[in-house]
Amino acid sequence: MLIIPCPWCGERDESEFSYGGRAKLLPPLDASADAWQAALHVHENPDGWHEELWFHGFGCNQWLVIRRHTRTQEIAGGRAPGEAS
Amino acid sequence: MTHYSLLQLAAEALLPSRRGPAFEQSELKSRYDVVIVGGGGHGLATAYYLAAQHGITNVAVIERGWLGGGNTGRNTTIIRADYLMPGNVAFFGHALGMWPTLSRELNFNVMFSPRGYLDLAHSEGQLDHFKRRANVLALNGIGARMADLDELRELEPALSIGLEPPIPVLGGLVQDTAGTARHDAVAWGYARGARKLGVDIIQGCEVLGLEIENNHLRAVKTNRGVVRTDTAVVSVAGNSSRVADMAGVKLPIETYPVQAFVSEPLKPILHRVTNLNLGYAYAGQTDKGEIVMGGNAEPMAGYAQRGSPLRIAELTAKLVHIMPFLSRARLMRVWGGIADIATDGSAVVGPSPVAGLHFNAGWGYSGFKATPAAGWCMAHSLASGKTHPLIEPFGFERFSSGAFLDEGGAGPYPWLH
Repeated sequence: MLIIPCPWCGERDESEFSYGGRAKLLPPLDASADAWQAALHVHENPDGWHEELWFHGFGCNQWLVIRRHTRTQEIAGGRAPGEAS
Repeated sequence: MTHYSLLQLAAEALLPSRRGPAFEQSELKSRYDVVIVGGGGHGLATAYYLAAQHGITNVAVIERGWLGGGNTGRNTTIIRADYLMPGNVAFFGHALGMWPTLSRELNFNVMFSPRGYLDLAHSEGQLDHFKRRANVLALNGIGARMADLDELRELEPALSIGLEPPIPVLGGLVQDTAGTARHDAVAWGYARGARKLGVDIIQGCEVLGLEIENNHLRAVKTNRGVVRTDTAVVSVAGNSSRVADMAGVKLPIETYPVQAFVSEPLKPILHRVTNLNLGYAYAGQTDKGEIVMGGNAEPMAGYAQRGSPLRIAELTAKLVHIMPFLSRARLMRVWGGIADIATDGSAVVGPSPVAGLHFNAGWGYSGFKATPAAGWCMAHSLASGKTHPLIEPFGFERFSSGAFLDEGGAGPYPWLH
């Protein structure tokens, strides 16, 4: 079970959160079809550290970003979306 | 290599045993016509059919670990063909048709057991969807039928089936030709069959890089030396993106752990592999009596071959309502495999943008049942230079052309699966 560091509530149990996918910026609405195709369907799929979104639905009802190692499941800090990592 | 038969078995029983390994480990040569990366069921099946159907025997299967040690040995061994989308219906229908004769074809007992598959509907909407699926399957000549509550109670007397909450059952989809097989034996059978025809199988051989010249594959670099080849097939499931990185190819795939677990052995009680259509929650009983259970992928991407106990609690809570005999059974083992899930949930198979480099990926948690047909179609595509019609719908192009195979209707998010 993951212990997720919520920037507002502190360390909380994974069961309070739902996963929201990889944290990445989508292209502007008028970007080319290729750019949208790549943004929606192409994945780095890293074997290592990456940033992902979680939603603290059974807590503060806020979105947050955490840095997690995809193989060891270590978590290195959480932050509010939009804040510098 | 020994041909297995009743006579050979009798001789083994009577004479002092001369039993050795089923086949010898090969040495890696410096040049092959085809190199297959990944010694799981899919890679070995591809090698076998290349040799058996197309006479291409200068083939190497290289495997970082041991044969069938990845998802081949980590799945829940279910074989079924109850899909709705046109590409999936045809492909998995063909795959299901290959299983009954596989043991004879390979001269190796893969223990295919057509015990049947049962999918339970829990709402009117699901029931309608199941009827549509049963009709699509019937129209395509793939056996599946609807069963009402009376028939379900007769088919599976140990299940608690009724309209009462919290988990009502309104009906089910039954596929009598579906079942299970021994997963390890599938890898071993294909390996032995391929080796018999001259294919080299090298375990403990890791790919370190790919040599690409003018967008053409030239060689595969391994920890056992460089192998020159113009054609390679990458059949490494959850690690597909890692090999793709070596070629600078980006895949529409994310890797997710999927957990499975098994109870202590019980007396025979559950005949068919039975799925609750609540997300997914399924259970089947092995020949040894253990109940093998599995469900959804972990929600978050990753390469850990394990998952959260939360999912085990969720899944067993659902199953126990329909299978009350599980309530006191103890779990013996829990494990995870890492599934390569494409953004539309269907396989990603075919030539990549690098000439000569083919991928057989994206099977997610549909890989085991697809094994014979995936190998068959890949071998055909490589030998003829033309993609086999059954795997045409799984090409890379569909993500830019928009011809998705979105069985779950979930949109471009593998984690919605």
